[in-house]
Amino acid sequence: MLEIRNLHASVGDRQILRGVDLVVPTGEVHAIMGPNGSGKSTLSYVLSGRDGYDITEGEILFDGKEIIDMPAEERAAAGIFLAFQYPLEIPGVATMTFLKAALNAQRKARGEAELTTPDFMRRVKVAAEKLNVTQEMLRRPLNVGFSGGEKKRNEILQMALLEPKLAILDETDSGLDIDALRVVSDGVNALRSPNRSMLVITHYQRLLDHIVPDVVHVMSAGRIVRSGGPELALELEANGYAGYVEAAA
Amino acid sequence: MPAVQETIDQVSLIDVDQYKYGFVTDIESDRAPKGLSEDIVRFISAKKNEPEWMLEWRLEAYRRWLTMTEPKWARVHYPKIDFDDLYYYSAPKSTKGPKSLDEVDPELLATYEKLGIPLREREILAGVEGASDRRVAVDAVFDSVSVVTTFKEELKKAGVIFCAISEAIREYPEIVKKYLGSVVPTTDNYYATLNSAVFSDGSFVYIPEGVRCPMELSTYFRINERNTGQFERTLIIAEKGAYVSYLEGCTAPMRDENQLHAAVVELVALDDAEIKYSTVQNWYPGDKDGKGGIYNFVTKRGDCRGDRSKISWTQVETGSAITWKYPSCILRGDDSQGEFYSIAVSNGYQQVDSGTKMIHLGKRTKSRIISKGIAAGRSDNTYRGLVSAHRKASGARNFTNCDSLLIGDKCGAHTVPYIESKNASAVFEHEATTSKIADDQLFYCLQRGLSSEEAVALIVNGFVKDVIQQLPMEFAVEAQKLISISLEGSVG
Repeated sequence: MLEIRNLHASVGDRQILRGVDLVVPTGEVHAIMGPNGSGKSTLSYVLSGRDGYDITEGEILFDGKEIIDMPAEERAAAGIFLAFQYPLEIPGVATMTFLKAALNAQRKARGEAELTTPDFMRRVKVAAEKLNVTQEMLRRPLNVGFSGGEKKRNEILQMALLEPKLAILDETDSGLDIDALRVVSDGVNALRSPNRSMLVITHYQRLLDHIVPDVVHVMSAGRIVRSGGPELALELEANGYAGYVEAAA
Repeated sequence: MPAVQETIDQVSLIDVDQYKYGFVTDIESDRAPKGLSEDIVRFISAKKNEPEWMLEWRLEAYRRWLTMTEPKWARVHYPKIDFDDLYYYSAPKSTKGPKSLDEVDPELLATYEKLGIPLREREILAGVEGASDRRVAVDAVFDSVSVVTTFKEELKKAGVIFCAISEAIREYPEIVKKYLGSVVPTTDNYYATLNSAVFSDGSFVYIPEGVRCPMELSTYFRINERNTGQFERTLIIAEKGAYVSYLEGCTAPMRDENQLHAAVVELVALDDAEIKYSTVQNWYPGDKDGKGGIYNFVTKRGDCRGDRSKISWTQVETGSAITWKYPSCILRGDDSQGEFYSIAVSNGYQQVDSGTKMIHLGKRTKSRIISKGIAAGRSDNTYRGLVSAHRKASGARNFTNCDSLLIGDKCGAHTVPYIESKNASAVFEHEATTSKIADDQLFYCLQRGLSSEEAVALIVNGFVKDVIQQLPMEFAVEAQKLISISLEGSVG
């Protein structure tokens, strides 16, 4: 599904990714853990095609195809989804309107027919109920005045509707209390599928109690420095990142 | 409205042709010579078959105009206009335009394509020579004539007068004399004075006491629509307890060989009357280098002359190279209300200086201003507004909200509010924000699969929602589409 080889990326003259190697096979859930500033969020932006990053070396293969020159919206239509750490607000645009615009834009890009409003409403209703997203919330402007938990639930709702092949969850647990974390994690777990890969980026181990990964990677100073099973997350929780920061430096 | 537009234009053309009422015979030319003089004013008046009092009115305005100088206070820049190098009267058929669509700015044609305007109609809008003559031969004419006839019948039954102002001057001189120039005096400002001297045509609406106009009046349906030219004059009167909603403009960009447009619109609302005036303005903004666009210097003013009267302006401005326009309300009657809802979009090299004036004279008068300016490209977008309370305007209230949205980093948004209060009990509130479409907001949309143009359209439509909601339904949908098209290519 996703193969990253020797990926180097910088912003201005600041090198952030320094040779990332990572393979996420179809249907697997991989976690990336690491201290602040290790390049986790940059990796998620570079994968999803955000402007402003110079990719100086390496390759990103998605479904066997190089995507470095692909614009963000094409990557989205191809099935890459990023759940944002800080979802953006769009005043005056109802959440429902946004969801429909996004879904139909992707369908159009893939050469599929746009959904009719009743079909769309049916899909939203099913997905929203599972995530405790009320109709009232769907009518409100996108993320405007949403609580932290509402914003994150809204991200997962979008993921459920857009049905990506690769979902990147960037610090999805940040700003969530324990109940909200459970709702969000249940939502994510319900979307686990043999056809879908996930890359879960997190600073803390607690999210991985709920979304149990197949593989855990440790990132430090712009590289994957260690990979292992779910037990690696527990080890990090106990010992912290100190060893890795020193090792990388 | 493109679909209906074709039919409607056909009808108006037919009507024009049917109105070959005798011009004064010694004037044979269809076009007055260049330049402006008393003779030209006389020529226009004679062409319109006007009574003596109207000619005098025009001449007085002309003499006044000679003593005036162009206003310089607006934040717009353009080469000096040579008023002696303009034509002040030309019959519609004598206009010179491109020979075929091949000679028309391709950008403009692309816009027509996007708006889904039929080919033949594109020729008309682009001003291709002879395009309007050819259209008369099209079949659907009879049906459309009956549409207009039905429409006129219904208005007549209600006692509503809706006709060209030139017709009103001849048919209803007493009403015209009483109200023309009573809101925007001939001495008002440089362009209004010029308009008073040389106005070509425009609309006249009279709603009798207690009548609620049975339909939205639209310039589309007016006779002589294609004949109004560059100096349009509109007068709308709502008698006691009357109500009317008037729509002006067209979403398709109109090309015109007249670069200068100086219209005057006057509204009068008597006791308990309400006038709602909506505009969608989309004149040709010029090519990609900013050349050839229309200068739109308009004076629009409403007089809430009666107690508890209400005037509401809603405008969507996307066209013109330069817009200089301040639809205003004089709140004279006690408890009268004025509203101004505006969306001004500028892109390319467009310059917009627009806003409103709310003059509170009566007691407990209320006004509300919602202005949304969107600047993209290398454009400049200024909101200029005055809210004032006379010393007798006790309990006057105003709420103003001016929001500006910037797209890109080469455009400018400016807000110039003037607030004057001579009454201690007046309460004026002013809110203003300026924001930029942030890169991360845009990226969020792209990541969900929207193209950058779809993303901008979505964000902008969210931004202008409060104003769009004020437009009549059929206008609202088109206005949204138009705004998106106007901003295409604004994000690189």
